[in-house]
Amino acid sequence: MSGELLRVTRLSKRFGGFVALDNVSLSVRAGERLGLIGPNGSGKTTLITCISGALYNDVGEIHFEGRDVTRLLPHLRARAGIARSFQIPKPFASMTVLDNLRVPLEYAARSRAAHGRVLDEAMRVLELIGLVHRAHENSAGLTQVDMRKLELARALAAKPRLLISDEVMAGLAPNEVAEVLAILRKLNNSGITIIMIEHIMHAVMRFSERVICLDAGQIICEGTPESIVQDAGVQRAYLGA
Amino acid sequence: MKSAAFWGALAAIFAAGLALTGAVANEYYYNALYLILQAALMAIAWNILGGFTGYVNFGSAGFFAIGAYTTVALNKALGLPLPLLILAGGAVGGLVGLGLGYLTLRLKGVYFAIATLAMAIVIETLVINWSYVGGAKGTYILTPEKHLWFDSYIQMLFVVMLLLTLAAVAISRMLSSSRIGRGLAAIRDDEVAAECAGVPTLRLKLVSTTVMGAMMGVAGAPFPFFVTFVDPSSAFNLFIAVNAIAMPMIGGTAHWLGPVIGALLVGTTQEIVKVTVSSEMNVLIVGVMLVVFITLAPQGIVGLARKHLRRRKP
Repeated sequence: MSGELLRVTRLSKRFGGFVALDNVSLSVRAGERLGLIGPNGSGKTTLITCISGALYNDVGEIHFEGRDVTRLLPHLRARAGIARSFQIPKPFASMTVLDNLRVPLEYAARSRAAHGRVLDEAMRVLELIGLVHRAHENSAGLTQVDMRKLELARALAAKPRLLISDEVMAGLAPNEVAEVLAILRKLNNSGITIIMIEHIMHAVMRFSERVICLDAGQIICEGTPESIVQDAGVQRAYLGA
Repeated sequence: MKSAAFWGALAAIFAAGLALTGAVANEYYYNALYLILQAALMAIAWNILGGFTGYVNFGSAGFFAIGAYTTVALNKALGLPLPLLILAGGAVGGLVGLGLGYLTLRLKGVYFAIATLAMAIVIETLVINWSYVGGAKGTYILTPEKHLWFDSYIQMLFVVMLLLTLAAVAISRMLSSSRIGRGLAAIRDDEVAAECAGVPTLRLKLVSTTVMGAMMGVAGAPFPFFVTFVDPSSAFNLFIAVNAIAMPMIGGTAHWLGPVIGALLVGTTQEIVKVTVSSEMNVLIVGVMLVVFITLAPQGIVGLARKHLRRRKP
């Protein structure tokens, strides 16, 4: 597993006078586990929102599997294999948990999903995430933990090549964090590239092969988890000395 | 509802409608039923965009009038038969729905709602200044002599409207349980999440506005023959738009059955009040019902029933 899956080149995004992303470049190998850390407001979510397409960057380019997706509509990026979970869960509240997964299976993964077996596939994803017992419940009534799992499950149902998990572990108990980490690890073993945004440091450090730290819209450090923890800039900006 | 039961029920209702025309001669009943069915058709149409997709349309009267005035214009120009006029009304309504979608669907929430209202006013202004279809004075339509095997023309119109409404119910039900329906519901629940799940939101919203516009155009197309005199104030009546919103709200917007139940309940009450109390009171009825339902049962009658069912079966 090698070769470049995602390349972000000199990306900038501003909201009025506020520069959210300033000349960010990064590259992700196929099959890699990349951690994205940084203080609140440093541009992590803006970066992945630009990658998944709900926001368009002002300057710079995004290439996915060698193809320029900078101006591609978000639903086409989802079809191409970019999936994300949302930091604040956005379930399809009028639907059951199962139907929540049918949407990405029937749209994003349409060309890749076995036709007519959408429900089977949805159940398989729920099994993997550990939500089978909630399949027929209304998604609006889920607990926080289950709602975060649903976020992950829905992103998975899109059958992505690149999965971006945006603070999917926030607010989870330690044993649940371990559970989600194990799931992500399993996904990665099956060939899915993962970008993880997380504030739970031991989780990011344990999971990631490489970590990028953002501060004020710029990449201030990039390297192995060990080297990141040692970096003076990261300590000052984020970890706290 | 099982598919066989659903189609059986539709067939039974249509048969009952046909049987009624053989048994009852009093034309009043067909008048009243026609109005209720017309309101039901409008409510079903509104619900496809407003209920399934979550975009509130205040311009329903505009689409209805497009259907009515398509009939007026084509009847005068070419003298087409009713089925073709209905098709034409649907086609023009659908096209305007598509156009409205292109122009306004980047707007969200209340801005979209205001844009639809503005569109209805623009169309009304155009019609007022179009003398060929009567302009502000309005125009008379002659009821055709022929009415198939029915005793009167209104009986035939009633059966036509019944058929159209049942077709709309079937379309609405198919749409809501299809892949497209799930896509629309995803847009309503969360548009950004829907896009990230691969839902082509703009295209689906255009499908939604087009189907809505076409159904409303179809609902308006037979209207000139029903009233025999059409002027902008009757075709663009705000009451049509208010009913189209109120009926799905009262019945429940998330389910295809909601607007049907709402229209039957509100429409029937209106007709009863119209003859027993006063014809002005029926406007008040909608207002009161709407307030009561929005405060006590925001999910409508269907929502209430679901809650009740869920409580009984733990």
